[in-house]
Amino acid sequence: MLDFALMAEAFPAILAGTGTTLKLVAGALLCGFFLAVPTALAADSRSRILRGTAAGYVLFFRGTPLLVQIFLIYYGLGQFEAVRASIFWPILREPWWCALLALSLNTGAYTGEIVRGGLQSVPAGQIEAARAAGMSGLLLYRRIIAPIALRQALPAYSNEVVSMIKATALASTITIMEITGIARTFISQTFKPIEIFLVAGAIYLVLNFFAAQLLRALERHLSPHRRPI
Amino acid sequence: MSRKLVFAALAGLFVAAAALPADAQQRTLRIGTEGAYAPWNATDTAGKLVGFEIDLGNEICKRQNIQCEWVAQAFDGIIPALVARRFDAIMAGMSITERRLETIDFSQPYAGTPSIFAVLKTSPLAAAIGPAADRVPMGEDTPARKAALDKLSAALRGKTVGVQRATIQEGFLNDFMKGVVTTRLYDTNENLLLDINAGRVDAGFASYSYWLPATEKEAGRNIAIVGNGFSGGGFGRGVGVGVRKGDAATKKIFDDGLAELKKDGTVKALALKWFKFDATVD
Repeated sequence: MLDFALMAEAFPAILAGTGTTLKLVAGALLCGFFLAVPTALAADSRSRILRGTAAGYVLFFRGTPLLVQIFLIYYGLGQFEAVRASIFWPILREPWWCALLALSLNTGAYTGEIVRGGLQSVPAGQIEAARAAGMSGLLLYRRIIAPIALRQALPAYSNEVVSMIKATALASTITIMEITGIARTFISQTFKPIEIFLVAGAIYLVLNFFAAQLLRALERHLSPHRRPI
Repeated sequence: MSRKLVFAALAGLFVAAAALPADAQQRTLRIGTEGAYAPWNATDTAGKLVGFEIDLGNEICKRQNIQCEWVAQAFDGIIPALVARRFDAIMAGMSITERRLETIDFSQPYAGTPSIFAVLKTSPLAAAIGPAADRVPMGEDTPARKAALDKLSAALRGKTVGVQRATIQEGFLNDFMKGVVTTRLYDTNENLLLDINAGRVDAGFASYSYWLPATEKEAGRNIAIVGNGFSGGGFGRGVGVGVRKGDAATKKIFDDGLAELKKDGTVKALALKWFKFDATVD
């Protein structure tokens, strides 16, 4: 039988970790996006060096588990005296920045591929039409390519947002007290994992529901041609 | 025709299985351990579980003529896993405390060591807290206890202390150091040791039996054990075998086994082998 009193007691305590979770997600998605755009452009560029760099980055961060990346950045880098003596140590010393760094690099690689797919899906005819109208360079990107690419990439990107929200749970392994970290600490004091993880799971579910709704609304807003008349 | 044969064969198997004596079916006892808490229980480079508790548990099973199987499980989920019947007993350096006794039962204790702080040798805290000192009993609010806690609070105020999640040491920090120190919770003491070395935490708090062998290894050569040891009270009555509440049969296996091995000196010999000091308790 479920201990509902315990669930009621745990709920506000675990909910208090939502702020940390959302800060990690927002930070990682923002940094990840700024990594993703140059990655996508580099992956389709004419320079072999740029293509190779982008391919290597995407291969490493998509090809290895996020948990391994978090451990490599947090415990791995911290073991080198050179790293500890460097100017980066004030940042790498903190679990929060290590988690943010790992999550950003990871989502940057995935989002890079999503952005690349979006860019490729822009119909050649529309680009030609824009050029015929005299647009080129940044103007062409800003007016035609970027809005269409963004719209095309949104369904795939909403997948990435949802999986990032869930991936923040791994930050609890490097002492960060986000939703899962608080839940695990609660379990260690009550020995009731089912009740506590049900509460934590429900919070993630609600967060993801709103994230998905938000992205769906954005997609609708960007697709006026698909709205029923 | 063939369907009938299959049915007959299945029915035969079923009857044969049901006919086995109940205790023969239960002969394999599963013991849960962490595998990351040297020298109590650790995982060697070949992935094999080794340590004081592995030797002790195997010896108990051998003497009682029981098949035993070890199951590795992260410490913070080890009591829920026992309750969920993923194994039948816990031997994971787990102290017998009132809080845990609300959920599970324990055998008689087989070892016990105080909990104590460790810092980097180069840290100013090494001098501020002072060298390893006497054991302070936490059971009652004595002047000695108050003096030790005051001294500790003064030295550690505003510092970050690392501790393993779900341990008696975490309980101590919650009960006595709340608001004084910032607590960071680790999955294993091995990871805590890495972060003391990296300077991410100012001090670590764990069992003396963990720190002492650790300081003799490469990973712990820069670590100093400091200040008073703490035991009793919330630290419990020594380390025992955890069993499910009401599982008298399993409890008896370990109670009897431990009584015999304590009497003939096996527990002490194993403690000396793994801890380099006699960690046994009565």
